[in-house]
Amino acid sequence: MTKKKRPVIERESVVVKFVGDSGDGMQLTGGMFSDVAALVGNDLATFPDFPAEIRAPQNTVAGVSGFQMHMGSSKIYTTGDLVDVLVAMNPASLKANLKWAKKGATILLDTDAFDEKSVEKAGYKVSPLDDDTLETYHAIKSPMTMLTKESLKDMGVDNKTAERSKNMFALGILFYIFNRDLKPSFKYFETKFKKKPELVEINKVVLQQGYNYAETIEALESVIQVSPAHMEKGRYRNITGNVATAWGLLAAAEKSGRPLFLGSYPITPATEILMELSKHKSLGAKVFQAEDEIAGICSSIGASFTGSLACTTTSGPGLSLKSEAIGLAVITELPLVIVNVQRGGPSTGLPTKSEQSDLYQALFGRNGECPVIVVAASTAENCFYFAYMAAKLSLEHMTPTILLTDGYLGFGSTLFRIPKMKDMPAINPPMAEANDPDYKPYRRNPETLARQWAIPGTEGLRHRIGGLEKENIIGTVSTDPMNHQIMTDLRAAKVEKVADFIPEQEIEGAPEGDLLVISWGGTYGSVHSAVKQMQNEGKSVSLAHFNYIMPLPKNTGKVLQGFKKIVVCELNSGQFVNYLKMKFPMPNFHQFNKVQGLPFMINELTDRFNQLLEEK
Amino acid sequence: MQDFANMTVERSNVQLTKADFESDQMVKWCPGCGAHAILAAVERVFPKIGYRKENFCMISGIGCSSRFPYYVNTYGIHGIHGRAAAISTGVKLANPRLSVWMATGDGDSLAIGGNHFIHVIRRNVDINILLFNNQIYGLTKGQYSPTTPMGKVTKTSPQGTIEHPFTVGELVMGAQGTFFARVPDNNIGMMTDAMFEAAKHDGTSIMEIMQNCIIFADKAHNDVIGKEVKDDTMLVVKNGQPMVFGKNSDKGLILRDTRLEVAEIGKNGITLDDILIHDAYNQDPGIHLMLAKLAPPLFPMVFGVIRAAMFPTYDDLLEEQLKYAKETSAIKNVDDLLNSGDTWEI
Repeated sequence: MTKKKRPVIERESVVVKFVGDSGDGMQLTGGMFSDVAALVGNDLATFPDFPAEIRAPQNTVAGVSGFQMHMGSSKIYTTGDLVDVLVAMNPASLKANLKWAKKGATILLDTDAFDEKSVEKAGYKVSPLDDDTLETYHAIKSPMTMLTKESLKDMGVDNKTAERSKNMFALGILFYIFNRDLKPSFKYFETKFKKKPELVEINKVVLQQGYNYAETIEALESVIQVSPAHMEKGRYRNITGNVATAWGLLAAAEKSGRPLFLGSYPITPATEILMELSKHKSLGAKVFQAEDEIAGICSSIGASFTGSLACTTTSGPGLSLKSEAIGLAVITELPLVIVNVQRGGPSTGLPTKSEQSDLYQALFGRNGECPVIVVAASTAENCFYFAYMAAKLSLEHMTPTILLTDGYLGFGSTLFRIPKMKDMPAINPPMAEANDPDYKPYRRNPETLARQWAIPGTEGLRHRIGGLEKENIIGTVSTDPMNHQIMTDLRAAKVEKVADFIPEQEIEGAPEGDLLVISWGGTYGSVHSAVKQMQNEGKSVSLAHFNYIMPLPKNTGKVLQGFKKIVVCELNSGQFVNYLKMKFPMPNFHQFNKVQGLPFMINELTDRFNQLLEEK
Repeated sequence: MQDFANMTVERSNVQLTKADFESDQMVKWCPGCGAHAILAAVERVFPKIGYRKENFCMISGIGCSSRFPYYVNTYGIHGIHGRAAAISTGVKLANPRLSVWMATGDGDSLAIGGNHFIHVIRRNVDINILLFNNQIYGLTKGQYSPTTPMGKVTKTSPQGTIEHPFTVGELVMGAQGTFFARVPDNNIGMMTDAMFEAAKHDGTSIMEIMQNCIIFADKAHNDVIGKEVKDDTMLVVKNGQPMVFGKNSDKGLILRDTRLEVAEIGKNGITLDDILIHDAYNQDPGIHLMLAKLAPPLFPMVFGVIRAAMFPTYDDLLEEQLKYAKETSAIKNVDDLLNSGDTWEI
């Protein structure tokens, strides 16, 4: 075999997906590949695609685990619609993922895994290596299992360990294809396997052999170069949306001086927030894993009364269980952050898939007139800022706030430019002063209409609150009809007043034109990319992507005025568009909806936008 | 931020009185309701416990019992149905220096709130639970509850209930309870004694108060606590004392094989020395469970502090974990956290 000097092809962005059996280590492999991309200065976004079952039967489509990453020399907004390079470690993973590969995509396969039994289990009648399945792709068929064993044969490594290392052989090939340095990965092995030096050596050898092998094979005509992105200067890290949410809450607790309390119950895809906060007792986070969703929120209400920045994290069905208690927090006017990492519904629905179908539930899903603040994060990275803002608004306005993220944001990762705590906005909860002779439980600040927070233990402020309607200002139980009207109006006005404290809605593009695209929450990446693409084509399209849902930014009505048509894109059947229609009854609303547990693809968005531009 | 590790409830430096805890709200329980006596007992106990009055917190759920927070002048939350234990847990964990009390009923804690009830007990969070057991749903006007005796005719069981009732003490022991007392609402001294013991106990204290609902289940407990019968139907235990009852204290409990039996002192060679001595502090709940389950007609019902065993509390363990983490972690603030792990400069 001879080593070749191959031409280098520069690419602005590339989507790579690693797929294999649940036990093939695809998350680790994808993670390592992404880390190196980040180190050389690419921008990137990643998304793990794993089965709902913990260990589905081996070599079946149900047991396929995947890791997709999108890296580029410019800003990356999505994890990519279709993949440029697919690494498939077994037939089932090829079967499940080939439909996501671009025509002409590079497909790297372990041919040793394509034995008759595995091919059949994957649902192929004929091995895809032997028919025309891969005809329109650039397939690199390598006997990776055999080659891995071969590279380790002098080291006395048992077969099982050798087989388990084949993912590193695949990674070695990819590093060659993308012209990457192996040193950072060597360093990673040294840290990860500090206590098992033999594993450091095995992984290094296999990675290097994979790289060397790629140098020699005929199937490769060129290598790909993705140059560093021009990113804002600063210190960066990788972060998933769920970790960013957890850290945003910790940051808000530190800034406000209110200790963090999290009462929560495990539920996919929100559990990582609970797990992450459990690790940070050193920052004073009190994390209580409750017996159910209801105890999660009720313990948080108790902690909020007691002066904590209290939070509860959940996903759709869990939010349903918390509804009654949210009402208690609304009528007691206590701060409380409720994070809903949305997933496909109704009922148990699609637990590991993403949707935006809990908007109605967040806005309206309670008994009585029961308004809360609703905000939505739009990238994995800004989950940090919107968790922080949800806490700030909740604390300063003494009202529960629902933060909507989704499974796609929660599991996905992006690069995160690390902020400094001193630059984060101040948080000033309206604490009542001890022995204030004028303290009354429902006396309000005229600017925010927030009541004061008098916490147990404070001298001279003993009072009772509860789920029964209270008399305005003095806070005793009241069934007076006019008082109920006043208190209902005050609770609504308090939430509406939050509009005075949030930024105005921005428009990406011209403030008037043919088409205004509206989206909210976790779809920002794909909708932004679609709009940008059309703007580059010279089309009169602008984007208003909403993060503040209840209340809406003050200029929302004005934003809607400047366009012939408006199209609202959401991963539900039209919840935000109906909310907007309710607030702004205008004739020119159109919608684009998808409820498949999948994100928008850029081309389906541009198709719809072009259709709207063409229609009279 | 406050550090509560190893701190207990702060003491008051003045002698408080009943007036310090009286609320200005009209008490709206029915005349003759057993809850009035419970309120009187609480107003007697709170000033004497010695804590600062601002450190008391009274939490409740829904039902007649749960109006309690409005009637005592403490910090308080009147919560939602069944969830008082969860709310109380949050209050106590957020500030372990508070003395947290919870007023609840048999419907609130054993039906809709059953899950929270067993879990707060299992965790041994240091709160004091006053469980008003009147064997009926009072505020919704007379439906059967999880403690209504089988066969009882109520508005939702016109032919009699067909459910086996819970025995509160059995449920508490099953959930690994560390403190259980049973008291009648017609004996304020026994109630106040048990409340002091509950306050002293570190962990979840359950006080089952046999409370009379004069409207919907009047005299439900009279077969046990009624004046005419109580000498033979009530056995009041005291730690370290033989478990005797009867008008002349001439009956007592003995252990035969693996079962408790009633023995008459002076008959069949039984002397006072044969009678079991009550050991409330025993960690083994075996005898406590047997005592909690005894009921007429074959046995007396046992009252007083049946169990008060020492086990670590959830709130103490949590504070210890926080303290340890603060002492040992390299991450001291959020800037440390944000810059921890793999980061790079661009």
